[in-house]
Amino acid sequence: MKNQAVNDQIAGTTHASAGFDEMVRPDGSIRPAYQKLADWLSQQSRGLMAKKQEEAEAIFRRLGITFAVYGDSASNERLIPFDLIPRIISAKEWRFLERGIEQRVRALNAFLYDIYHRQEIIRAGRIPAELITSNEAFLPEMIGFDPPRKIYSHIIGTDIVRTGENDFFVLEDNLRTPSGVSYMLEDREAMMHLFPELFSAHRVAPVERYPELLRQTLESVAPQSCQDDPTIAVLTPGIYNSAFFEHSFLADQMGVELVQGSDLFVEDGALYMRTITGKEKVDVLYRRVDDAYLDPLTFRPDSSLGVPGLFDLYRAGRVTIVNAPGTGIADDKAVYAYVPDIIEFYTGQKPILQNVPTWRCAIKDECAHVLQNLETLVVKEVHGSGGYGMLIGPHATKAERAAFAKKIAAKPSNYIAQPTLSLSTCPSNVGTRVALKKGSLVVNSSQGGGTKDTWVLED
Amino acid sequence: MLGRTAASLFWMSRYIERAENIARLTEVGYRIALTPDIGSGHREDWQSTLVAAAGLNPYLERHAAITPEKVQHFLLFDRDNPSSVRSCLETARNNARAVRTALTREMWEALNSTYIDFTAVKASDLGSGKLPEFLDWVRQRSALFRGSMLGTLLRDEGFHFGQLGAFIERADNTARILDVKYYVLLPTNESVGGDLDAFQWETILRSVSAHRSYRHVYKDRYRPWNIAEFLILRQEMPRSFRFCYGWIERSLEGLSEILGQSPQSRHDSSAILSDLKNASMDEIFQSGLHEFLSAFIKRNNDLSSRIAHDFHFL
Repeated sequence: MKNQAVNDQIAGTTHASAGFDEMVRPDGSIRPAYQKLADWLSQQSRGLMAKKQEEAEAIFRRLGITFAVYGDSASNERLIPFDLIPRIISAKEWRFLERGIEQRVRALNAFLYDIYHRQEIIRAGRIPAELITSNEAFLPEMIGFDPPRKIYSHIIGTDIVRTGENDFFVLEDNLRTPSGVSYMLEDREAMMHLFPELFSAHRVAPVERYPELLRQTLESVAPQSCQDDPTIAVLTPGIYNSAFFEHSFLADQMGVELVQGSDLFVEDGALYMRTITGKEKVDVLYRRVDDAYLDPLTFRPDSSLGVPGLFDLYRAGRVTIVNAPGTGIADDKAVYAYVPDIIEFYTGQKPILQNVPTWRCAIKDECAHVLQNLETLVVKEVHGSGGYGMLIGPHATKAERAAFAKKIAAKPSNYIAQPTLSLSTCPSNVGTRVALKKGSLVVNSSQGGGTKDTWVLED
Repeated sequence: MLGRTAASLFWMSRYIERAENIARLTEVGYRIALTPDIGSGHREDWQSTLVAAAGLNPYLERHAAITPEKVQHFLLFDRDNPSSVRSCLETARNNARAVRTALTREMWEALNSTYIDFTAVKASDLGSGKLPEFLDWVRQRSALFRGSMLGTLLRDEGFHFGQLGAFIERADNTARILDVKYYVLLPTNESVGGDLDAFQWETILRSVSAHRSYRHVYKDRYRPWNIAEFLILRQEMPRSFRFCYGWIERSLEGLSEILGQSPQSRHDSSAILSDLKNASMDEIFQSGLHEFLSAFIKRNNDLSSRIAHDFHFL
């Protein structure tokens, strides 16, 4: 009976009935983690949810939580669609994910250290040498350099999808300059403001300590030469960057300066920021600028986003750059297919989290398979990120697929392919406004995806 | 504090103040246009408005003739006019975004919602007498922003840079309004002043929202001599040179205390303030009102550059 009410409440809100439903079992009963939420939902009127949705949008609009979408000039700053219904993960599920993520991140950092030092994994024949040497994400400038604590990627974004009760897949790893954490924090703020009663009914693991933990992480990797409390700064490309809100938010929450390249300069073997009294030394730079733009003397000479001389300073151990340059070699889409091998090689364990099955077009047989099955596959550029330049086979026209096939044939090593997964669904409140293109399979904040609060329940 | 942060706070504040002043000037222009009695004054007065808004040349580069609709559009909505209310709000907001964390939530919300609401207004929405209401709204939003700043912002460096931007802009604006109409304020005009002059005098006072406070201070009819004194030397008039420099002085003093050093700009502002304290209208009129105003505008600008230099605005 209760379930019927819930289904009425969320009628027309769930999609793709074929996938795993995170809230409702096939027999119509509610999964335990969602039970209280379902009870609560069944008591709310549709009007109330619509009103709360408007309230949430007003909150976000006023706070300036927007995400610029590149190539969309009409709405340079767009509000990220926010969904009122939380996704709930049980304590047990989270423990599993946490172990899996930790294993993966440790292995990838060990891989980065190895790749920029003795390259044992290549010597052992576990990955082909050309995968690294001919890869644009490999930075020869990093060879032989030991970053503080041998950590390359301090902040990572592991994209995980779910297809069943116990089936979680890692879609991709983001080890360069992952973004999105401010939405987690602000979504939680908004939810606590909008639905305080739900929080008293659930034991939701808090997320508020993130900025403090980030600050501690950054302090822990200060250069050895730094004797006092290290000075930290967040480096942003500026207000027109799609994630500027987050850069500014994190700097504020950590109580550190938000700087642009033009605020920084190198002098007498140290990095300084220009202040109203002259200059102040910077020890740790949490940069949200891509490798190529960090230092025009070492990388792209036409870049004005970075700081001339920064990289030499980094290699001399006078400043720490977080994440380290060159981490892209570990989240490259061609390398992704080898991550299970990488985990086994460095940890001696089987991977806890599975990869999505991936065909590498660089390998002849696999490429043939991809070209024959384009209508069922998602094809991605190996070096692309953020969901730009990909083919979603089932949604593409015949002509689009043919055009893409030509691109693949011309440069096979540039592509990988994966099956479209039957993604899990969970209830969402989409009655008022739908900002996503209907049926889009790409969910990425750079492409105008949406957010919702995720609750990890405590036992 | 980063030099760029200081610069952004300074310019954010300056542009909000400018948006308010442009709205005020437009309102005066609109009132004049509604007053048929002054005959040929119409065209000229919109021209004066453009001059006071420092926009005559940019306007004439785009438009052959001065018409009320075009001038209003130019002053309020034109994206290519860097001093249109729209551009001012956008520049202020971009500066605010860059230093979002140096602002309080109230300040950001006041500015951000103003910008968002403004962009939803189209020039064509403002027909049939809706303009004054809209201009009122712009002024209210500017007041809301300043009120949020005064009421919520920590009195640290950031506050002082905000104050400096606002008062340097305000002093500049008052000086421009006076300079556009300096000739109707010359003492020789007083004896011959007819209805037209009285109207012009009132216009000047209205552009700085002072047509009523004038009566309280002078308990007299409008006299050009008093009007000039009111806007230049009276410290109780919140848009006078003297008042603005009182605040500029206080903020530079505050910055010197916080930073433990006394920059050149502080000495420069003290010199300007002391000149204003010691000045008399007699001397100003004798040496030439226009010359005095031009010199003040230049000194005010120089101080702005000096501040940018002293505090490493980049």
